[in-house]
Amino acid sequence: MILRRPVLYLTLITAALFIYLPLRTNDVSLREDLILIAISIILASNLNLMIGYTGYVNFGHIVFYGLGGYVGLYLTTVRHWNLYTAALAAGIAVSIFALVLGLGILRLRGAYFALATIGILQAVQSFVANFDPFGRSTGMYLSFENYAPLGGAMSALWKTYYLLIGVMALSMILSLGVKISKFGLGLFAIREDEDAAVVLGVNTTTAKAIVYSLSAFLPAIAGTLMFYKNGMIDPSIAFEFIASLEGIVMLMLGGKGTVVGAALGGGMYEKLRSYLLTSPRLSNFHLVIAGGLLLLVILFAPGGLIGWLYSLVPRSRKVIE
Amino acid sequence: MSVLLEAKGVTKRFGGLLAVSDVSFTLNEGEILGLIGPNGAGKTTLFNIINGVYGNDGGTFTFAGKDITNWPPNKLVHAGLARTFQVVKPLNEMTVLDNATVGACFGKDYESLNAARQTALKVLEQVHMAEKANVLAKHLTIAFKKRLEVARALAAKPKLLLLDEVLAGLNPTEVAKMLELIRAVRDSGVSIIMIEHLMHAVMNVSDRVMVLNFGIKIAEGKPDEVVQDPAVIEAYLGSADIADKLRES
Repeated sequence: MILRRPVLYLTLITAALFIYLPLRTNDVSLREDLILIAISIILASNLNLMIGYTGYVNFGHIVFYGLGGYVGLYLTTVRHWNLYTAALAAGIAVSIFALVLGLGILRLRGAYFALATIGILQAVQSFVANFDPFGRSTGMYLSFENYAPLGGAMSALWKTYYLLIGVMALSMILSLGVKISKFGLGLFAIREDEDAAVVLGVNTTTAKAIVYSLSAFLPAIAGTLMFYKNGMIDPSIAFEFIASLEGIVMLMLGGKGTVVGAALGGGMYEKLRSYLLTSPRLSNFHLVIAGGLLLLVILFAPGGLIGWLYSLVPRSRKVIE
Repeated sequence: MSVLLEAKGVTKRFGGLLAVSDVSFTLNEGEILGLIGPNGAGKTTLFNIINGVYGNDGGTFTFAGKDITNWPPNKLVHAGLARTFQVVKPLNEMTVLDNATVGACFGKDYESLNAARQTALKVLEQVHMAEKANVLAKHLTIAFKKRLEVARALAAKPKLLLLDEVLAGLNPTEVAKMLELIRAVRDSGVSIIMIEHLMHAVMNVSDRVMVLNFGIKIAEGKPDEVVQDPAVIEAYLGSADIADKLRES
């Protein structure tokens, strides 16, 4: 039962704090900080379903976020849908796209799958950059009128913020739900030994395609919300390869395969990144640090922070999932 | 006794190599069939065809009255056909209990997670591994890893169990324990086909023995008949003395 899991309550408390803190002080810069952390947690948590649970390294995870942003912005600006329906539609559309794609590329294993995901990222970016309805390489912009249905730009910022925190909480709950389910057990079997999993009765083709599609849903919704909030989207910011890599760093840092690890890694990495980016001496140095960090984690603590905690306090395994 | 598995004209080619050639056999319910033959004779290949890892290049399988030719492995498990691997494939970063739970969850009855946990515990009890339930599979010794293979397969509640060299690499005490387990499993109503090189073990537990050489079935029958067969002596046992010793033991 998910209701008996401490991590569920940890998630809800975190989400409540994320909403309460900037609201109480009306601190807009805190809100913007927390938005970036929330996005990182959403991306890392959903990437965890693939890398941490299923053992398939996806280098192109950001494609779901970017495509979600494009579909959502297209629906709100060109088709004049309201934000909520547009975000949901983007989530569903991108999930279906991932399902179809997944049934094809998930026949590949190991390094070949990882290479294919890089190819997909490049292919989607090139396609969008030449696709008229999505504004080709200049992308799409929102005008102030587009925020009118949400009560003006100021109120729209807060509303998208709440929604993003909601998506963040859902991402963690989804991770937890999958982890403690029979479906999740099948995924773990695939991660450990796919040949054994098949012979034990797991329908690996279907399970892999479903989890790939599932890992696309919430990032796509987050993409719509985030780019709607930012007021613009273009192919280079929507499909940033670096962002995909950073997702992997977050996951390794926190501890792949764990709900708390993915979230913690996402939060910590984002804090570190914004500190480095804004510090005058270290600006543009953050990728060097990210690379170094990844190397250190893989060499000395392959289980990340949470894996390290497990080895120190084995009983924590039961509480912190 | 009714027929559980019937194979007709099973054939497998790897490029120009005929790995299994026109092999036919039947397995009755509650029977243990030993499968022996020199290395490279096609024993494991035959297993891989039966449980769907390889496609069948000719020939058919009927299992419990159903035509199962070229079914994928996961579908066969639901039909009641489980196997172990010669080279063990434990789910390393998972506990022994979780390993067995996977078997029960996705096995014949497609059990819910809670029911599967119970089944897994029972099976671990049966293979005398209950005290290892919370150990990570990667930390087990080879003897326990082999037993875990059996436990995982049993958790699927199969009607037919394919055992691929579960005795290899075990010491004499462990072999005796494993044979005891195999008999107990058979007595609980599971039919078994076992590949084995340990001749005295095969002679001991098998109801019938089938011998493969270069992918061709060269003999089949009661264990003490098969070891006297000149073709088997020439291809596998090496000398008539060994056959005599085996018969006496």
